[in-house]
Amino acid sequence: MSEHPGDKSTNGNGEQPLVQLTAKDFKSDQEVRWCPGCGDYAILAAVQSFMPELGIARERIVFVSGIGCAARFPYYMQTYGLHSIHGRAPAIATGLSTSRPDLSVWVVTGDGDALSIGGNHLIHVLRRNVNVKILLVNTQIYGLTKGQYSPTSPLGTKNKSTPMGSLDWPFNPVSIALGAEATFVARSIDTDKKHLTEVLRRAANHPGTAFVEIYQNCNVYNDGAFDAVKEQTENQIRLEHGQPVRFGAEGEKGVVLRSDGACELVDVATVGEEALLIHDEHQQEGSLAFALSRISHTPHGPTPIGIFRDVERPVYDQLMAEQLETAKAEGAGELAGLLNSGDTWQITKG
Amino acid sequence: MAKPVEQLERVIIRFAGDSGDGMQLTGGRFTSETALMGNDLSTLPDFPAEIRAPAGSLPGVSGFQIHFSDHDILTPGDAPNVLVAMNPAALRTNLNDLPPGGTLIVNTDAFTDRNLQKAGYTSNPLDDGTVDDYLVQRVPLTSLTQEALKGVGITSREAERSKNMFALGLMSWLYTRPTEGTLAYIAKKFAKRPEIAEANARAFRAGYAFGETSEGFATQYEVAPAEMPPGTYRNITGNQALGLGLVAASVQSKLPLFLSAYPITPASDVLHDLARHKSFGVRTFQAEDEIAAVGAALGASFGGSLGVCTSSGPGIALKQETIGLAVALELPLLILDIQRAGPSTGMPTKPEQADLLMVMFGRNAESPVPVIAASTPGGCFDAAIEATRIALKYRTPVFLLSDAYLANGSEPWLLPDVESLPDISVEFATQPPVEGAFMPYLRDPDTLARQWAIPGTPGLEHRIGGLEKEDVTGNVSYDPDNHDHMVRLRARKVAGIAADIPELAVDDPDGDAELLVLGWGGTYGPIQSAARRIRREGKKVAHAHLTHLNPFPRNTAAVLAHYPKVLIPEMNLGQLLKLVRAEFLVDAHGYNRVRGLPFRSDELAEAMKAML
Repeated sequence: MSEHPGDKSTNGNGEQPLVQLTAKDFKSDQEVRWCPGCGDYAILAAVQSFMPELGIARERIVFVSGIGCAARFPYYMQTYGLHSIHGRAPAIATGLSTSRPDLSVWVVTGDGDALSIGGNHLIHVLRRNVNVKILLVNTQIYGLTKGQYSPTSPLGTKNKSTPMGSLDWPFNPVSIALGAEATFVARSIDTDKKHLTEVLRRAANHPGTAFVEIYQNCNVYNDGAFDAVKEQTENQIRLEHGQPVRFGAEGEKGVVLRSDGACELVDVATVGEEALLIHDEHQQEGSLAFALSRISHTPHGPTPIGIFRDVERPVYDQLMAEQLETAKAEGAGELAGLLNSGDTWQITKG
Repeated sequence: MAKPVEQLERVIIRFAGDSGDGMQLTGGRFTSETALMGNDLSTLPDFPAEIRAPAGSLPGVSGFQIHFSDHDILTPGDAPNVLVAMNPAALRTNLNDLPPGGTLIVNTDAFTDRNLQKAGYTSNPLDDGTVDDYLVQRVPLTSLTQEALKGVGITSREAERSKNMFALGLMSWLYTRPTEGTLAYIAKKFAKRPEIAEANARAFRAGYAFGETSEGFATQYEVAPAEMPPGTYRNITGNQALGLGLVAASVQSKLPLFLSAYPITPASDVLHDLARHKSFGVRTFQAEDEIAAVGAALGASFGGSLGVCTSSGPGIALKQETIGLAVALELPLLILDIQRAGPSTGMPTKPEQADLLMVMFGRNAESPVPVIAASTPGGCFDAAIEATRIALKYRTPVFLLSDAYLANGSEPWLLPDVESLPDISVEFATQPPVEGAFMPYLRDPDTLARQWAIPGTPGLEHRIGGLEKEDVTGNVSYDPDNHDHMVRLRARKVAGIAADIPELAVDDPDGDAELLVLGWGGTYGPIQSAARRIRREGKKVAHAHLTHLNPFPRNTAAVLAHYPKVLIPEMNLGQLLKLVRAEFLVDAHGYNRVRGLPFRSDELAEAMKAML
């Protein structure tokens, strides 16, 4: 049975062991219990069918989540999994990843979990560049607690806790991640399996923290929140590294960078193709990525999707491992020696 | 001309000065010299939370008390015999503790109008009769130091800052302490600034010589070495012992240590110590907040490390939700609570025992967690290993309680024989089930511990979480009977640890005392000391001290039933008292003080006598 996780084969160059699995191998025996029509089903399916590509044995993969609808995700993956408490998944994943660099650690979170109750942990895991992959499923609503506005809901959202409209200015998750010094920041859409899979592939291969915002439809409490981008594909500004940033049914629209540092939407015919902004995922400063993230604070018009930023920076887990190696190179710890260190004195039988 | 030497059985010295005067360093060096002399000793640093309160002010006073003797002692002493006051504020805040007839050594240079005013004195206490009841040694420490340092090539201000070394030299002469250790220490500490090293060494020697030659100091004192069990000793604080105990627990469990913390007084030193032990494979993680610290430790535990987090009361309050998760996950996790006075920020550098009920009950719902409390600074080492043993064997979070007194106080510590430390290793599940899925909540019938499979183990992939679990399978379950079963099972698992811990030992020399004094944690020294004191007066009292607070030792009920009267002294308003009354229906009485200071033996002796 070639699907058995213990059955390791090697890839083309005969060096790296590869495990050949299928999407089915990543389905657990648990009944999936999201609402019918929930966008989480599509994301789960995309992740399960993408996982075999990693060539990593199932026992080396761990999904960690907090609280929320999407936080049920680990139960449905035939990997190791930890369904924790609200907002804390990045902290738990940090302890796991740094103490077990041999694992592939994934965090599945939502807009409330990651940006409200767990906001502090999110920004710190990003700045440290811990080797975890974060999938932030954004519904712009609290689903599990039945429909309160979330930190990504547009200003004025009317709901159970805000009958006269919400007063909170919403977060833009991509801007937050960029501001928190993330080294990999991307955005995709639940139902666009091809795009989502490509983004997941890039995220998985990124050394350090990868942050992926996924627009997800909550058909019960916030149906159609992303339709302006999901359904009207002419509003999707698909970012491609090294290419001019353009969009529209015929690519007739584009993005230029103004002298004040902001992005502006233009007609390509008016400004000419050579005036368009060329996307650079690897720009160290992140200012281009940030400017792109500001094009659409809430996705009700033309909105960039794809990879905003992909740069290299030392990975926290590796740095920690290196310090341990350095210390051990000077002599592995020996307990009796440690206890006897410092000023000691002898008392002999008088 | 040698001065006469008088033998003393014991001495209590308190160094008191401004936060910037280096009193902790002075006390620490005097302690090291005393330890090397072979005296038994106990210390009590008492310092403000402010790093540098305004110079010369009352809140800025920092103190260090050391009690040393030629016999076994248990506490830093109730009242000093000797008070070294470096300025008027130090005199004012400490003089009340010095009994009449005590020795007072003052730095007369610091008694300026301005300093007197800052201390709230309207006249100079050295001249107005305030100190008439004491044996006063007036020493112009500052000017003598500056005089001694002429030609060293440092500023007058830098010279003035060496006055603590002059004082240390003087005290070292007065109590015939060895000087080599301090001179070596100075050379090492200031290796990069040779002129400062020279200044401190010279000030130290000058202070020593001043004692030898000054007519004011007519007698030198000697305290003979104490009789202690043979072996190798070092002086140790509670926090140092916790650090060493955690490394030992990691070695003895064969699990890598992952220690995470958010800086908080008085726990941070444990993080500092362990950050230096990376050669043992110790990972330390300074988290973004208290919640992340415990979360990371739990994540590391899930991965098969020994997950530990250190904090104090306010931090523990923030960690409780995650500790509840660890209860549900049934994973090992060690949480160190170095207690301090509260509520809220309270008095960060001062000890209290008021977190007991929080660690017992401060989580949502039925959430039992074993609790262990260290009794002495050196005992923190054993407590760390014992807490780890229970956490690993029973797959449970465990609280280890210490306090600011144990954390910073020190005593000679007989180094344990590494070979004699217990093997506390655990076995992970490694065998895939013959058929069906892995059952993460399948239990050992004796300990009720569930099987522990760590990521990386093929065939044992499983999911756990904070939702209620079906026993055995670990699947999410809302079944009413399963929940009732699981709540009772988790309680039974923790209660069952009673069979696996030592019985409560009772110190009752004649076996016929009427009064049992039951204590826990850092009050061991003062309670035992008080008990010995009143026994010398012919009174009978038994002392039992709890290390395990949840579950209680299996003979606790029998011990309590044996004594007609029970007194429970605590540095809180009666928390163990509530537990004992509730659990054992015993009409125990409390003795409760929350002054941010350890108990004095004399007040406890009075409380015991009042019960007899």
